Parts: sequence; C-alpha cells; structure tokens
Amino acid sequence: MISPTKLAPWLATIGLFVVWEGAVHLFAIPEFVLPAPSKAMAALIQYWPAIWQNAFYTFWVTLVGFGMAVVFGLALGLVTGASALTYAALYPMLVGFNSIPKVAIVPVLVVWFGIGTIPAILTAFTISFFPIVVNVATGLATLEPELRDVLRSLGARKIDILLKVGVPRSMPYFFASLKVAVTLAFVGTVISETVAGNAGMGHLMLTASSSFRVPLVFAGLLVIAVMGVGMYAIFALVERRFVGWAFRGAETA
Amino acid sequence: MTAFVELDQVTMTYGGAGNGPPAVADASLEIRRGEFVAMVGPSGCGKSSILKIVSGLMPVDSGIARVAGETVSGPLTMVGMAFQNATLLPWRTTLENVLLPLEVSRSHRGSFRRKKAEHIETAHELLRIVGLEGYENHAPHELSGGMQQRASLCRALIHAPDLLLLDEPFAALDAFTREELWGVLQDLWMQRKFTVILVTHDLRESVYLADRVYVVSKRPGRIVYERPITLPRPRTLESTFDQDFVDLVHGLRDHIGEVRAA
Ligand SMILES: Nc1ncnc2c1ncn2[C@@H]1O[C@H](COP(=O)(O)OP(=O)(O)O)[C@@H](O)[C@H]1O
Ligand SMILES: [Mg+2]
Repeated sequence: MISPTKLAPWLATIGLFVVWEGAVHLFAIPEFVLPAPSKAMAALIQYWPAIWQNAFYTFWVTLVGFGMAVVFGLALGLVTGASALTYAALYPMLVGFNSIPKVAIVPVLVVWFGIGTIPAILTAFTISFFPIVVNVATGLATLEPELRDVLRSLGARKIDILLKVGVPRSMPYFFASLKVAVTLAFVGTVISETVAGNAGMGHLMLTASSSFRVPLVFAGLLVIAVMGVGMYAIFALVERRFVGWAFRGAETA
Repeated sequence: MTAFVELDQVTMTYGGAGNGPPAVADASLEIRRGEFVAMVGPSGCGKSSILKIVSGLMPVDSGIARVAGETVSGPLTMVGMAFQNATLLPWRTTLENVLLPLEVSRSHRGSFRRKKAEHIETAHELLRIVGLEGYENHAPHELSGGMQQRASLCRALIHAPDLLLLDEPFAALDAFTREELWGVLQDLWMQRKFTVILVTHDLRESVYLADRVYVVSKRPGRIVYERPITLPRPRTLESTFDQDFVDLVHGLRDHIGEVRAA
C-alpha cells in the first residue's frame, strides 16, 4: 500500500496537466500562445535527440557551476559565520551581491570570456552560492548562549569551538541549502544560455521560440523542471543521509 | 576560615557601569569550600548574573569577586556549569557529550588523546552514578528530558571542577523527575564534595539540597536573607514531609513574599 503522502505529489502534478490540457481545449487557446501538454509531449518525442543533447550539456554546465558554488560557498560561509566581526563585515556585501539580477551580469561575463560555456558556468555559480553561504554562516552564528558560556569557561579555543560545535551545527543548514542551490544553478545556466549561449536548453528554447515552435519551448521547460526536481530529490536524500540526527531530533521534539 | 567563593559589595551592569540600571547591586556572600548553597528570588532579579560574575564570564563594575582566594578576572576553568536546557550536542552520543569539556578545556585538551581510556572510565563512572548506565551510545534525542539533564550534570562534572554552578537545572522537568534528580545531585555531591551554587525557583528544592539558602531581592539583585539548613543528610523525599522541612519552606516563602512586595 503506497502512503497518501507518497502519492500526493504525483496526483497533484497529473492534476495540473489535466487542468492545463482541459483549459487549452475548453478556451480554444492557440498553440503559439499556450500549447497543450500533449502537444509539448509530442514535441518532446519528435525533437528528442536535440533535446537530449542540449539537456545533457545544460546538466553538466550546471553541475560544474554548482560544484564551484559548494566549495566556495562553504568556505565563504565558514569565514562569514566564524566571528561576529566577519559576519558584520561580509553579510551586507553578500546581500547586496545577491540583489543583483544575475541576468545583468551575463553581458559582463561575455565581455570577459566570450559567448559559450564559461559564462553559463559562472552564472550558475554566482546565482547558487548565496544560499549556501548564508545557511552555513547562520548555522555557525547560532550557538546557544549557555553552551557558549560552558565553552568559554573551559577556556576553549576559537578553533575548537568552530570545529567541534560550529561546523557540525551548520551542516544541516549546509545540506538544506544544497537542494535549493542546485535548482537555482539550473536557473543560472538557462539564463546565460538564453542570453548568450550557443548550446544548452536555454539556447534551444530561444531558437525554438524565434521560429514559433512553441510546443518545443514548453517541452524544454518541462525537461528543465524535471531535471530540477530530480536534483532537488537527490540532494534531499543526501541531506537525510548525512545529517539524519537533525531530522530525528526534530521528529521527537 | 576563609571563604572559597566570596562576593564583596559587587555591582554589575550589562554593557559596563553607567549603561542603565545594574543587574546586581552591592551583593555580598561567602561560601565555604564544599558547601552546597542555593539561591532563590523572583525572576529577573539577577541570580544568573551572579553566577556569571562568580564564573568570571561577566566583569564587575565595582566590588570584588574572589574564588579560591584569587580575584576573579576572567573565565574560571575550575567551574562546571549546567542550565535549564541540557544543551547537549545532537550529533554526539551521550558519552561523547560528557567528554566534550575534556576535549576543549585549556588544561585537558593537550593530553586528551593520551588519556582517553582513563577519561572514558571517569565518564562511565559518572553516568553510572546518575543512572545512565547503558545509555552511553545513545543520541540525546533518544533520551528523555530528565535523562538529558543527568547527562548535562555529568558533562558539568567530567573535568572534576571545584565549583559547580547550576542555573535552574531542573526547572523544565516534571515534578517526579525533578524530585528524583534532587536525589541524584545529592548523591553526586556527597560523594565528590565539590562546592555548589544552585539557582532555583523551587523553595522545596533549595531546602532539600542546600546547606544554606540565599534570598535575592528584586532587580537590582542583592542578598537580602540567608538561612542555614541543618537537616541531616542524606535527605530523602520522605523527609520533605517532616515538620522541620515544611517550616523551613514556609519561612523562605515569607521572605520571598516580602521581597516581591518591597
Ligand atoms: N545578557 C544580558 N544583557 C543585558 N541585560 C541582561 C542580560 N542578561 C540578563 N539581563 C538583565 O539583567 C537582569 C537580571 O537577569 P538574570 O540574572 O538573568 O535574572 P534571573 O536569573 O534572576 O532571572 C534582568 O533584568 C535581565 O533582563
Ligand atoms: Mg536566570
């Protein structure tokens, strides 16, 4: 017997497609405005080789950018959260950087690196490192005052507090941020491919829409969504695997 | 005989003198080595602040705090502490939590690895006394609130501190568990004879455990009354129904009433 919570997301998704399909037929919405999901599926099958090739490209570009974001975000998060001083110094800058729409920096990246893969990797990276930094820094900075008193009175060194308490405590925040960050990385890659790409899902959809093959555009959107959900699910599993104690604690609380 | 813990006319303001009203004003007290002292008083009156002064976590504006004959001028490593929340680290087992102070404290971290077997032995012994034998490898979330508090007491005592500071350690527990832990704490203290300052809201708890009870006034905290408790030890839950015990509790209650009304 499959539990209702396991079944619910599938039913909700199927429900959305049913409503979408029904609405398109009911209101006779033209295909170049909003194609029915069945049309998008047909396009998916028809253009599968091209889609597969571009999806794979987008996938690995995203992973490279995301990988950089993990390494850099973890490091910067540790530095930011390590002390009240670095937190005060760096946090406003991080918020400021995060407020910049990443689509605005793609042209700059193109000037520096030319059209192609590198701007896409860097856009994925810049858009996805912020949640990692913020989460790690927050996890580090939220030491219970009582525990801090215990450690201070023992004469514990900053480095010991950081390694034995701060870092383990920030791990649930870190892993929680990964699943958000990886979906953002997809957004970054696709933005860059759309604005200044010569391959990838963003480029494919841009080409398709300029020749009014709207069902193909929607097929592309569906593929990106599926890849995003897949990566999210993988990192949700990774999270449970590595910081299970945070979940078990929450369930008994 | 000189006092082990001594506060002489101590005033302390958070953020330093002149930054608003002091949390503790002109507080004086003397505690002998090995004595068990309880501190009671209305909420927000400065009891926790007094513990922070004694442990060296907060500097005084004026007056002198002395522990073991020396003026307190920074965090004291001879202190063990436990609080209302057990603050165990959720990713460590009970045993690893108890060992934490030895891993990080200035005086033990250098030799921790070398003496690990010995330390684990000490931890097992403490856990046995508080009734946590067999729970060494359990994670904190697998322990009840009372068991977590027992583990927290062990963590406070693992480095054999001379002075144990307890800030309402049993306040969040149900009445039965709390009274059980009074017995546990009394056992620990009678075996090891460290000095204790216990902050509590519970007058019965103070009479059960302490050799002497201090009543602290409303903010700013001062010591307004002091009551020796000479009931024989070990005290038991039965003895809390004796007339002597009940009279002592009533006596304290009257003083608390005066403090609150003042
Ligand atoms: N870290 C702090 N900063 C500023 N004021 C504080 C701080 N901690 C406590 N106080 C204030 O000092 C007073 C005494 O607090 P506390 O010693 O915690 O009281 P108690 O433990 O008796 O309830 C209270 O009015 C409280 O608001
Ligand atoms: Mg308090």
